[in-house]
Amino acid sequence: MNITLKIWRQKNAKAKGQFVEYPLSDVSPEMSFLEMLDALNNKLVKEGTDPVAFDNDCREGICGMCSLYINGRAHGQETRTTTCELHMRVFKDGETISIEPWRSKAFPVVKDLIVDRNAFDKIIQAGGFISVNTGSASDSNSIPVSKAKADDAFDSASCIGCGACVATCKNSSAMLFVSAKVSQLANFPQGQVEAAKRAKNMVAKMDELGFGNCTNTGACEVECPKGISIKNIAKLNREYLSAKLSD
Amino acid sequence: MSNLFSSSIGKKLIMSVTGLFLVLFLLLHLSINLLLIFSEEAFNEASHFMATNPVIYVMQYILAAGFIIHITWASMLTLQNRAARPVKYSNNDPAENSTWSSRNMYVLGSLILIFLFIHIFNFFYKIKFSEVENDYELVTGTFRIWYFSLIYILGFVFLGLHLNHAFHSAFQTIGWSNKIWMKRLKIIGTIYAIVISIGFAIIPLFFLIPELF
Ligand code: HEM
Ligand code: SF4
Ligand code: FES
Repeated sequence: MNITLKIWRQKNAKAKGQFVEYPLSDVSPEMSFLEMLDALNNKLVKEGTDPVAFDNDCREGICGMCSLYINGRAHGQETRTTTCELHMRVFKDGETISIEPWRSKAFPVVKDLIVDRNAFDKIIQAGGFISVNTGSASDSNSIPVSKAKADDAFDSASCIGCGACVATCKNSSAMLFVSAKVSQLANFPQGQVEAAKRAKNMVAKMDELGFGNCTNTGACEVECPKGISIKNIAKLNREYLSAKLSD
Repeated sequence: MSNLFSSSIGKKLIMSVTGLFLVLFLLLHLSINLLLIFSEEAFNEASHFMATNPVIYVMQYILAAGFIIHITWASMLTLQNRAARPVKYSNNDPAENSTWSSRNMYVLGSLILIFLFIHIFNFFYKIKFSEVENDYELVTGTFRIWYFSLIYILGFVFLGLHLNHAFHSAFQTIGWSNKIWMKRLKIIGTIYAIVISIGFAIIPLFFLIPELF
């Protein structure tokens, strides 16, 4: 298939970017979206142009690096799909495909399609962990966790930190990401010890880093490649408000 | 407690609590208004009661405060939310992931606010500050003028759209929601929004339609 790509090019964080159109021919429908971009970059390198910078690592939907806004949707139009899992067969021959970086004050553009998602790491550092004394591993059944809670925690834990929730939210809110981690850990007896402190610190960090305020549009859960539910946000609100009110 | 209300969730709590208070107020307001259709006497009596009862006298200040806080915080949050995305997408397709009203709560709120000013001037202001003999006559006389009726009906359409998102959103904000309850709250919210907007809209139509024929 033959396509036209309309890609955001920006030399560095300070430069003013613009869209550049690139025609690309002989694209196989079997290619993944990132393989298609590799093909484009091969062509650009051969022509002596600067290749398009984009983030990626695992290319199998688990690392959360491939952050692209494709045709107006985070990770493209397929549901529960990361950009690396998206295939060219979902596009039409002759189509013009627009590709932009995540747009959020908290995720500044580094180059072309690459944004700095360090803000997420800072939020995790503020409380997205369980403090434990390391030593020899304890027996896994010594602290009972119900099946329902374990399943729920596992669902929340499947967040890969890709940032699509922030990218797609009209308010650039990070509530889905933060709520996934807070509810995951609040489901375990080990996590409950620090639950109040965790909710307060992670929310304070999120606010400090310039993410917007959630207005419950629900766009995040639709675009999240891992299907994280906004029920986690309700739970975060509960955890946070009860922590604050019992201060 | 100290910085609860400076946090994002704390500010939203204020939106939610004031919003739910207004939600309750609308139910009361609608039940009194429906008396217009049934009986002139009952409406005038209720209207007189509202104007003279000391509890209601205090409540009207609380109501005004509820509106002012809701609107002030809405403006604050909306400004912050706009600032959180300084560069907009050139190609964005939000209709695929969220409802129009959920994305335009501030626009809808502002339209409701314009309506509110007209409404306050038409009735509340006139009843309070000029000699109105008969509240029923004032209200029904206004509704017999087509453009006033139209303004009211448009106001109720905007209100209905605002409420359709607002209801479940308010419960989500205070944390009273989960996967199952979100579905239920959305249904209850839609029913509430329909009852309020249609319920209010029936009244001007009831007085306008006979005028047209
Ligand atoms: C009778 C009139 C009104 C009622 C019953 C009402 C009710 C509500 C409720 C229940 C919410 C949900 C709160 C939440 O998500 O936690 C809400 C949200 C909102 N309201 Fe209103 N509202 C009214 C008028 C207004 C006005 C006049 C404005 C502003 C100009 C406004 C602006 C907003 C905005 C921007 C939101 C979304 C904010 C957010 O979710 O954080 N509303 N409203
Ligand atoms: S919640 Fe979903 S969209 Fe947000 S960072 Fe995690 S995986 Fe990505
Ligand atoms: S490259 Fe790892 S999730 Fe896409």
